[in-house]
Amino acid sequence: MTVPLLAAEGLGFLRNDERIFGPLDLHVQRGEALLVEGGNGAGKTTLLRVLAGLLPATEGRILIRGQRADHDAIARNALLLGHLLGHKGELTALENLRFAMGLFGRRDGADPEAALADVGLAGHEEQPARMLSAGQRKRLALARLSLLPAPLWLLDEPFANLDLEGIALVNRLIDRHLAGDGAALITSHGAYATGAYRTRSLRLGTAVPDLAHG
Amino acid sequence: MAEPRALDALVAVIGRDLRLVWRRRGDALQPALFALLVVSLFPLALGPQQTVLARIAPGTLWVALLLASLLSLDALFRADLEDGSLEQFMLAPQPLALLVFGKVLVHWLTSSLPLLLAAPLLAELLYLPRDLLAPLLWTLLLGTPLLSLIGAVVVALTVGMRRSGMLLALLALPLYVPVLILGAGTVMVAADGLPYGGSLLLLGAGLAMLLVLAPLAAASALRIALT
Repeated sequence: MTVPLLAAEGLGFLRNDERIFGPLDLHVQRGEALLVEGGNGAGKTTLLRVLAGLLPATEGRILIRGQRADHDAIARNALLLGHLLGHKGELTALENLRFAMGLFGRRDGADPEAALADVGLAGHEEQPARMLSAGQRKRLALARLSLLPAPLWLLDEPFANLDLEGIALVNRLIDRHLAGDGAALITSHGAYATGAYRTRSLRLGTAVPDLAHG
Repeated sequence: MAEPRALDALVAVIGRDLRLVWRRRGDALQPALFALLVVSLFPLALGPQQTVLARIAPGTLWVALLLASLLSLDALFRADLEDGSLEQFMLAPQPLALLVFGKVLVHWLTSSLPLLLAAPLLAELLYLPRDLLAPLLWTLLLGTPLLSLIGAVVVALTVGMRRSGMLLALLALPLYVPVLILGAGTVMVAADGLPYGGSLLLLGAGLAMLLVLAPLAAASALRIALT
């Protein structure tokens, strides 16, 4: 078995001695998606924030390509799409994407205008992000993901706020990302169907350890 | 695959913040207008005696610039915190301190530099003797970046709290006092005809130190505020 892109061993997080999730083991290989399911409050978002390095894990450890992950390794390899999308409302869609590429670097052949067209935002390039609808802002954030070089996507409820076409779009982007040797960790409260890509699932909040090992 | 370079990220942050200031230039002008107002009200309140105004001119200008800097400080990280940009800063494979430095630089460029450029005019308004203009401008040039840097650390500490404006003023003002005393005092020393190079060097040393330390401190404070 190849070394997984991301692995966690005995990972857990406690806030004021209250267990939010874990301890759990998980791993994600290149070319596959791990669907993290669980009801509201099961700790899905916290898990993603710990994996992204925004919160320090209170127990266990995170490995990237088999190496214990420090902040820099996580930052170079993982992208988080959370509830706050991180767009500047006063900047246009295109300016927001260009700024993200300055901050995170760019994927080979990344073209912000093509990426906008790809997520159905053609014609909105010069529109300030605050004039976009909630779903369109989410699409803008997806366009950002597809431009940046990190191989691991941590997607927190990527299907929320999107219409059926939008859900299909998320699945298409993930599919392409996985085909390009990327990996994804997706949280969902379970109401959406994922695409045809290779998916394993992990259920938070219930003790079904077998699923965690696929 | 193009590796993100730190310099690109710094340029991106500075460009983004300058663009944002330009997009809301009405709001961004407020601190400068406030300082102009303060300075122009003093002659009206104190009467037009040249000797009185000339005496208080350095202190008045310093206080006006200090308040203008403080006024725009509260917003330094707030908008970025609310829309998730700050989270993206922390996730980026770049030193957070460098990005913070970019933001502080833009704060200084937009809140202090315009007033610094207007300072000769304001000094004339208060009958500041012409030979004191050079020392005044030197102290402001070295001192106002210090105010932005100190302020950034304090505002980073309070960014997690709601309505931190009052707390921010309470925490920042004591730290501003030494800069103010040294800055305005240097011009007073020059007014007495004494050599003032030493105080300028002291301000410069403080600036050199905080240019390095303040972004690091502010970055750690931001990380704490967000967890």
